[in-house]
Amino acid sequence: MSNTERPLSPHLSIYRWPITMTLSILHRATGVVMSVGLILLAVWLTSAAAGAEKYAEFSALMATLPGRLLLIGWSFAFFYHLANGIRHFVWDTGRGFEKHQANASAWFVIVLAVVVTAAFWMLQS
Amino acid sequence: MRPVASLRALLGLGDAEGGTDHWWGQRVSGIALVLLGLWFVVSLLSLPSLEYIAVVEFVGRSMNNVLLSLLCLAAAYHSNLGVQVVIEDYVHSAALNKASLVISRIAHFLVAVIAVYAVIRIGNGA
Repeated sequence: MSNTERPLSPHLSIYRWPITMTLSILHRATGVVMSVGLILLAVWLTSAAAGAEKYAEFSALMATLPGRLLLIGWSFAFFYHLANGIRHFVWDTGRGFEKHQANASAWFVIVLAVVVTAAFWMLQS
Repeated sequence: MRPVASLRALLGLGDAEGGTDHWWGQRVSGIALVLLGLWFVVSLLSLPSLEYIAVVEFVGRSMNNVLLSLLCLAAAYHSNLGVQVVIEDYVHSAALNKASLVISRIAHFLVAVIAVYAVIRIGNGA
């Protein structure tokens, strides 16, 4: 299988880093973040099912600074993955593949994710 | 078993052994999660507070019980597909790869069952 004599295509490091690559990696990273965050959702629901006392314990934990940061990070992961997921759905229809379109939608997704995350926490508190 | 080995099997250059199901499963659960996710976010924002009483009252309503269960199931399913690809990409040892895939699948199944069980318990007034 591993034939080192085979010619290789130019590797990632040869290219000037485009914004679209950042988004691609972020999509995967935020996905993994939410996979772990799914445990948090299950714990939240389980604590609510376990009664007022357990729920208050969990709420108190989430109200601490690390807890808050965790939730804010998770919500950004959610909104980013949601927005970029829709970008992927548009690509699935065969649209938006031109370089300028992909770059424009990339910046749109980033700005949207940040703005919506900020709006969510402002409305929440 | 196919009666004749294909050339790529003889050369040891297997394909990815499928992927169409994975692709479709990811898209369909993705679309479901767009809708369920937005519903969940709007619901959280429209709750008077995230105190125990308000949350249990919200989760306890039948419609929300069903939607929240669906959200947990779709999220766990979608997450399993995503983590599967990450493992396939980065865990190179064949044995470790297989083991990670099995563990990930079991973990996702467990989380889904635990979350849905909690939702249903709240629905029954636990």
